[in-house]
Amino acid sequence: MTGWLAAAGGNSPSIPAPHIEYGQLSPMLVVFGAALAGILAEAFLPRRMRHTAQLVIALLGLGGAFAAVVVLAAQGHGTTKAGLLAMGAVAIDGPALFLQGVILLTAVLAVLTFAEGRLEPRLNGNTVDAFAAQAAAVAGGEQEREATRAGLRTSEVFPLTLFAVGGMLLFPAANDLLTMFVALEVFSLPLYLLCALARRRRLLSQEAAVKYFLLGAFASAFFLFGTALLYGYAGSVQLGDIADVVSGVAPVTPALATTTQNDALLLIGLAMVSVGLLFKVGAVPFHSWTPDVYQGAPTPVTGFMAAATKTAAFGAFLRLFYVAFPGLRWDWRPVMWGVAILTMVVGAVLAVTQQDVKRLLAYSSIAHAGFILTGLIATSRQGLAAVLFYLLAYSFVTLGAFAVVTLVRDSKGEATHLSSWAGLGRRSPLVAAVFALFLLAFAGIPLTSGFTGKFAVFQAAAAGGATPLVIVGVLSSAIAAFFYIRVIVLMFFSDPQPNGPAVTVPSPLTATAIGVGVLVTLGLGLLPQYFLDLASKASVFVR
Amino acid sequence: MSYLLTATCAVPAAGAVLTAALPAGTTDARRRTTKTVAVAVSAATLALAALVAVRFEPGGTRYQLTESYSWIRSFGISFSLGVDGIGVALTLLTAVLVPLVLLASWHDADPAPAPEGTFENRRRTQGFFALILAVEAMVIVSFLATDVFVFYVFFEAMLIPMYFLIGGFGDRAGGADSAAQRSYAAVKFLLYNLLGGLVMLAAVIGLYVIGQNQGFATFDLPTLTGAIADGKLVIDPVAQKALFLGFFFAFAVKAPLWPLHTWLPNAMGEATAGTAVLITAVVDKVGTFAMLRFCLGLFPDASKTFAPAILVLSLVSIVYGALLAVGQKDIKRLVAYASISHFGFIIMGIFAMTSQGQSGATLYMVNHGISTAAWMLVAGFLISRRGSRLIADYGGGQKVAPVLAGTFLIGGLATLSLPGLAPFVSEFLVLVGTFTRYPVVGIIATFGIVLAALYALVLYQRTMTGPVKEGVRHLPDLKLRELAVVTPLVALTILLGVYPKPLTDIVNPAVDATLSQVHQTDPAPAHPVAATTGGEQK
Repeated sequence: MTGWLAAAGGNSPSIPAPHIEYGQLSPMLVVFGAALAGILAEAFLPRRMRHTAQLVIALLGLGGAFAAVVVLAAQGHGTTKAGLLAMGAVAIDGPALFLQGVILLTAVLAVLTFAEGRLEPRLNGNTVDAFAAQAAAVAGGEQEREATRAGLRTSEVFPLTLFAVGGMLLFPAANDLLTMFVALEVFSLPLYLLCALARRRRLLSQEAAVKYFLLGAFASAFFLFGTALLYGYAGSVQLGDIADVVSGVAPVTPALATTTQNDALLLIGLAMVSVGLLFKVGAVPFHSWTPDVYQGAPTPVTGFMAAATKTAAFGAFLRLFYVAFPGLRWDWRPVMWGVAILTMVVGAVLAVTQQDVKRLLAYSSIAHAGFILTGLIATSRQGLAAVLFYLLAYSFVTLGAFAVVTLVRDSKGEATHLSSWAGLGRRSPLVAAVFALFLLAFAGIPLTSGFTGKFAVFQAAAAGGATPLVIVGVLSSAIAAFFYIRVIVLMFFSDPQPNGPAVTVPSPLTATAIGVGVLVTLGLGLLPQYFLDLASKASVFVR
Repeated sequence: MSYLLTATCAVPAAGAVLTAALPAGTTDARRRTTKTVAVAVSAATLALAALVAVRFEPGGTRYQLTESYSWIRSFGISFSLGVDGIGVALTLLTAVLVPLVLLASWHDADPAPAPEGTFENRRRTQGFFALILAVEAMVIVSFLATDVFVFYVFFEAMLIPMYFLIGGFGDRAGGADSAAQRSYAAVKFLLYNLLGGLVMLAAVIGLYVIGQNQGFATFDLPTLTGAIADGKLVIDPVAQKALFLGFFFAFAVKAPLWPLHTWLPNAMGEATAGTAVLITAVVDKVGTFAMLRFCLGLFPDASKTFAPAILVLSLVSIVYGALLAVGQKDIKRLVAYASISHFGFIIMGIFAMTSQGQSGATLYMVNHGISTAAWMLVAGFLISRRGSRLIADYGGGQKVAPVLAGTFLIGGLATLSLPGLAPFVSEFLVLVGTFTRYPVVGIIATFGIVLAALYALVLYQRTMTGPVKEGVRHLPDLKLRELAVVTPLVALTILLGVYPKPLTDIVNPAVDATLSQVHQTDPAPAHPVAATTGGEQK
C-alpha cells in the first residue's frame, strides 16, 4: 500500500503503516471479536436459540480474553516486558493487565447474572429475565404488550456488554488522551443503553438512562475539551510526552510554540480531564447521577456498572496522574485532597438517610470512591498497589451485593425499599447472612476483603503524609458502618412484614456469581498475601 | 515450636463452625445434641488452656510457647501467638467461664412457641451456641496475640458475633417492646465499639508507618516494644501521644471507662444473662488487658503523661458507676453499673504504675470475672423463673428458694469485696498500690467500696428478705444444672480469696516486666518524716 501511494503521489511523504502488536492486544481483540460475533448471531440465528448462543459467545469471549491476560502476565508483559503498543497509543503493563483481569472476571460474573431466567415468574410459559421484552417498544404501549405476550427477550444485552467490557479493557491501558477518550465512549454508550432496558419500572429505567447519558455526555465533553487544551500545552496527546513537557525536558514543537508551556492551558486542561474522570468514578461533586442511575438501571446492570466502571475509570485515573502529571503533584494534590474528603464525608452522610437499598449502595459506592482516592493521592508505588487491590476486593463485593438484591422480590418485582427487607434474616437466613457478609465487607470489618483493602489504602496514604485524610477516612467509615448495620438490624432483628417480599431461589447462574463473591470476599480477608503480592508486582506504570 | 496456643484458639473456632453446621433444631433431641457438642468443645478448650497454664513457667522468658506463621508479608504481619502471665490468667478465666455460660444458657435459645403466621428461625439454638464459641475463640486469640495487627483484627471482629448475641437473643423478661430495645442495645454496642476500633485502626496504621520509616516494618509486639525500649525506634512525643490516645480510646470504650460506658447497661440489660456475663466478664477484659499490654508497652512516655488524667476518669467511673448502681430498679442494669465501678478500679490499678496496683488490677480482672459471673448467672436464674427484671417484683426469696438466695448472696458479697472472698485481695492490692503513689486518689476510691456494700446488700435485702411477694411464692430452687454452674464459681471465689498465691505467682513477673517497660519503679517506702507530707512522687 505504501508502494502504491509512493508511485501515485510522486514525492508525497509516505505514511508508515502502524505497527500493531496483536498478541499483547489480544484480550481486547477477543472481546471485541466476540461482540461482533454476538451481533451476527443476533441477526442470523433463529430467535429461540439466540439467548443461549449469546450467553455462550459472551462467556467464551470473556473467558478467552481472561486466559489471554493470564498468558500475557505469565510471559512478563506486566513486569519486564511491559511496553507501549500500537504506536504508543496503548500501554500494556502491570496495572493495565491487573485491572483487565479484574474487569474480565467481574464481567464473567455479571454476564451470569444477566442471563438469570428463574427470578421473574414465567410469562405464558416463556422464561423471562430482568430486561425489557423489546427495548424499542413504548413503555406500557400495545407493542410492548405484544412483545411480552410473545415472550421476547432482549438478548442484545450480551453484545452490548461485550462492547462495554472492550472499552473498559482499553480505558486503563490507554496511553494517550485520545485513545482514552475513545475508550471512554466505547464503554459508556453501551452502558447508557443497558441502563434503559429494565423489564419492570421501565420509565424509571429510561429516566435513569437519559440522566446518565446527558450528564455522561457533559463529562465526556469536559474530558475532550481538556484533551484539546493539554494538546495545546504539550503538543502531544501521549501521556509520556505531556510528562516530558511538564518537566521541561522535551523540545517545543515549532507549530505550537505560542501555546506550548502555557501553564493556564495545562492547569485548566488537567482540571477538565479530571472532571471527566471524577464523573465516571462518582466522586463528589460529580456524583449526583449515581443514586438515580443505580436505582433505575436493571439491578444486574447496576452491579456490573458499579464494579467494572469504577475499576476501569480508576485505572485511567491512576495512569493519567502517575504517568502524565507526577510532576504537577503539588498542584493537583490539594484539590484531590478536597475531593477525597468531600467524597468520603458526603457519601457516608447521605447514605444514612436512604430508604432504598439500591440508592444506599449507590451512596456507599461514592464513599468508597473517596477511600480509593486516598490511596491514589499517595502517589507512591504502595499507593498504586493498594488501589489495585482495593478495586479487586471492591468489585466482587459490589457485584455479589447487587446479585443478592435481585433475589429479594415481591409481586411487583424486586423489593428494594428497605422497609420490605425487615425480618429477611428470619425467613431466609442464608441469603440474609450472605448479604450481611457483603455489608460487613463494605464496612471494612476485619477478616473480610473490605478491611484488607481499606487498611492498604489508608496505610499508603499515611505513609505518603496524608494523615488527616486517614483520620477523615476512619471517621467516615464509622458513619458508613452505621447504615450498613442499620440494614443488618433490619434483616435480623425486625419482625417481617405480613406481605413482605420473599427470596426467590435463583438458577445456578446467579448462585455462582454470589458464591464467587462470597469466596473472594472471605479469601481476600483471610489470606490476602498472594493478591497483595500480585498487586504490588503489578504496580509499575510503563511510559 | 509447639502448636498448643494455636490449638487453644482453633478448637473453639472449629467448634463454632461444627455447632453451626449441626442439623436444624426442630426437636428437643437435636437441640440437646447441639448443646452437648458446644459444651464438649468448650470443655476441650478448658483442658487446653489448663495445659497452657501448666506448661507456662512463671520465672521464664516474657512470652512463652510462642508460635509464628507468616500471614500478610506485605505489611509485616504474622500470626504470632505467645503468652505472658497476664495472658495465661485471662485465657484460663475465659476457658473456665465459657462452659459455665453455655450450661447456664441451656434453654435461652430454645425457640419460643411461634404464633401462627410468623417465621421462626429453626437454627436459633445452633446460632446461639456457635456464636458464643466464636466469641470465645476470638477473645482467646486477642489474649494470645503478640502481633499488634492480629490483635486488632480479632479485637474488632469479635464485635460481630457479640452483636448478634445481644440483638438476637433476649431474656424474655422484657416488655412488649423488648425486641426494639434489644436491637437498640445491640446497635449501640456495635457503634460505640466500632468507632473505638476505627480510631484505633488509624493509630495502628500510624504506628506501622512510623516504624516503617525507621526500618521496623513490622507489627510484632516484642520487636516493637524492644526497639522502643532500646531507643532504636523513636516516636516523637506528639505522635506518641496521638497514637496512645488512639489505642486507649478503643480500649476505654471496650473496658468501659466513664464517659464511654453508656452502651454497657443497655447491652447487659437486654441480653441474656449468659451473654451479659460474656460481655462483662470476658469480652470487656480484652480492653483492660490491652491497656496493660499495648498502651504501656508501646507508648511508655505517653502512658506516664496521661496517667493522672486517666486516674481521674477511673475515679469518676468508680463513684459514678456505684452511685447509679444504687439507684437501679432493674437487676441486670444494677450489675452492669456495678461492673462499670469495678472497671474503674481495674483501670486505676493499671495507671497507678505500681507493681501492687498492676498485679492487683490483673487479679481484679480474673476475680471480677468469676464473682460477677456467679452474681449475674444466679440473677439470670432468678429472672427466668419470675419473668421480670424489676427488683420491685421480688421479695422474700430466701424463704422459697434458699440455695438460690444463698448463692446470690455470695455473689453479692464477693462484689462488695468481703474479706475472705477473691475480689477482696485484688481490690486491696489496687487500693494500696494506688495509695503509695497517689494517696488522695486512693482515699476517694475507697468510697466505691462503701457504695458497693450499699448496692449489693440492698439488692439482696429487697429481693430475698422480707415478706414473700406474690409471684415469688412458687419459685423452684436451683436445679442440678444450675448448681453445676454456680458451684465451681463459688468454690473459685472462696479458693482465690483464701489462697491467691498460684495466681499471683503467674501474674507478678509479667507485671514487673510491664512496669519496667514504662521505666517505673515502685515509690520508695515512705520515710517516717516524708510520711506526714505524703510520699515521694515520681
